[in-house]
Amino acid sequence: MTADPLLRVEGLQVHFPIKRGVFVDRTVGHVRAVDGVDLAVDRGSTYGLVGESGCGKSTLGRAVLRLVEPTAGQVWFDGTDVASLSGEPLRRMRRRMQMVFQDPLGSLDPRQDVESLLSEPLHAHGLGGGRAGIAERVRTLLDAVGLPSAALRRYPHEFSGGQRQRIGIARAVALEPDLLIADEPVSALDVSVQAQVLNLLEELQERLGLTYLVIAHDLAVVRHISDVVGVMYLGSLVEQAPADVLYEQPLHPYTRALMSAVPVPDPVVEENRERILLAGDLPSPANPPSGCRFHTRCPWRQETRCDDEAPVLRELGTGHLVSCHWAEEIRDGVLTPRSAEEVAATMGVSIRATGVENPESDALVQGLDAPIERR
Amino acid sequence: MIIEDLPPDAADRSGRPVLEVDELTVTFRRRGEQPTRAVDGVSFAVAPGETVGLVGESGCGKSVTSLAVMGLLPRRGVEVGGSVRLDGQELVGAPDRTLRGLRGADMAMVFQDPLSSLNPTVPIGTQVTEVLLEHRELSRKDATAQATDLLDRVGIPDPARRLKEYPHQLSGGMRQRALIAMALACRPRLLIADEPTTALDVTIQAQILELLRELVVDSGTALVMITHDLGVVAGLCDRVHVMYSGRIIESADRHELFARPRQPYTGGLLASVPRLDGVRGAPLHPIRGSARDVIPWAEGCAFAPRCDHAQDDCLTEVAGSTVPLEYDGPGRELRCRHPLEYPRSPAGATAAGAAR
Repeated sequence: MTADPLLRVEGLQVHFPIKRGVFVDRTVGHVRAVDGVDLAVDRGSTYGLVGESGCGKSTLGRAVLRLVEPTAGQVWFDGTDVASLSGEPLRRMRRRMQMVFQDPLGSLDPRQDVESLLSEPLHAHGLGGGRAGIAERVRTLLDAVGLPSAALRRYPHEFSGGQRQRIGIARAVALEPDLLIADEPVSALDVSVQAQVLNLLEELQERLGLTYLVIAHDLAVVRHISDVVGVMYLGSLVEQAPADVLYEQPLHPYTRALMSAVPVPDPVVEENRERILLAGDLPSPANPPSGCRFHTRCPWRQETRCDDEAPVLRELGTGHLVSCHWAEEIRDGVLTPRSAEEVAATMGVSIRATGVENPESDALVQGLDAPIERR
Repeated sequence: MIIEDLPPDAADRSGRPVLEVDELTVTFRRRGEQPTRAVDGVSFAVAPGETVGLVGESGCGKSVTSLAVMGLLPRRGVEVGGSVRLDGQELVGAPDRTLRGLRGADMAMVFQDPLSSLNPTVPIGTQVTEVLLEHRELSRKDATAQATDLLDRVGIPDPARRLKEYPHQLSGGMRQRALIAMALACRPRLLIADEPTTALDVTIQAQILELLRELVVDSGTALVMITHDLGVVAGLCDRVHVMYSGRIIESADRHELFARPRQPYTGGLLASVPRLDGVRGAPLHPIRGSARDVIPWAEGCAFAPRCDHAQDDCLTEVAGSTVPLEYDGPGRELRCRHPLEYPRSPAGATAAGAAR
């Protein structure tokens, strides 16, 4: 990292208060959606942020744009702290950072036609040079995202999901931003169309020199388009590495479990690969577990240290950051994982029946009683 | 292990299929509009202990097929044709009373969105015991005891407490488990799962798929898995039917299908998903256009407008007939005149590479 990164996030926290009470709103606690995240995105590169729902990845993306107010921490965008800006400077700064949303229908005004949707950002920022100039720009934009110019007079509901997402992308790149934050850009689309949109994003990045922060839950998609990938769990980064390295050798137990859970469209691979089942669900971010936040579900948990001491992100290889006390031991196979049942038993959560040793004694297998006679 | 419990004719697993769907058609009619044929002559069968996958993108008719099998489509404005037989018993046109007796007892369904398929104002326990009380002659107390067992079996911790809770108090994965428990309460012969894991995170998805896999193996239930996710199919299904625009366009065993997809659509689907185990940065080859760009089957192959292999005789006008679903090697069926060809066996050529 010689050149200055375009975006640097330092100790970012976003806490949402939990309010209770009939007459007076008392704050009874906080949901720690994002709890101390540091990351840096280099110019022209793609940073992929993955995690399950509720891990805070979308909130992080929104906090970078100040669509939600960060509780603490700094967001340095090209040398300026976005978190401290307000009013007109913030508005001007937003021209350079744009967002593509997950639901293309929900994020496009149903009562605006495509021309008006695409020219609005240009008007708002006084760009494009007059009526004729803007019309020309809108046409080139449509062309760039592969829509016919006949689309200009049409409304969002007349398009298919993939086309709508193209409109969303056209709107985001209309202002020639430097940074594009894409929150689940393809998860609402059909498989055959996902690839079209992914290819479009890659093509635009090459042509316009964009920097991407891509937020997604699909590890295969993130791996495909990212240079660096960060994995989030319960509001903090647990691992960050160049995409190839991360997928070759995931070091954090959560990353490993996540990878082993992604189905691969190949029966041979599916039958032979390692499968790590996690016990239970994501704990509540309002009351995160002590110590390492993953210890309640971790197959490699070691007594007391994991429960008491929060691990810090440390560098284990070039650019490979992991927050796990036992990352080296797990990598070298010194520690062996326990099955989900054992984790469940020790942590008091369960993924399947406890104490059913003999399947023949099991109610479901056995049938609850003799089959019913049908008259 | 449980064979002695079953009626003798159902006991042989190799024998009669549990579910036979024959030339099923579903047509939606609305006044003043052209009728829409959502399912157009779909036939398949599921044997006990077998998992059959129906794969396709949104709008291909896979969910409507499952609703038609369960008899859950409204009568008004919907025409269901063809035949659906559960253990030899005809379901199309069967009276509501018969269907009510079968649903929940002999055939059950798990839906995509667990929150909207559970009643938000009724505790989980009541919803699970309802199935048991309806189909079994049980006292309320016995039913509750069995519901506790069921929840325990599908991996819900502390089941006795959970029975008293409402759906919103459960996490997404837990709700889906509760739904599966309800579906399995009477040990059905047929389970239809319509995108059971789409609303869930991958780690939870892995748990649910593992649960379904165990259930099929242990109890010999016939499972129909409806999904758009080829990865889920690869891990779970024995036999796969790929649907497009209301018809099956390719059927094969999963190994065959993924190793050598023949329909250009199947090949295109496989080539357009990024794979976790492939080479990174390998370019994706999307299918042109979207599922809207179809032509009616009467005019030719519905996929032809998006197909790179399409030629003139894909259209009915030129060839004189619509593309039929034909025998294509052992255990395979194909609806295509210009399928993907594979050179004689470099075995193990990956689907993603070969499909282009």
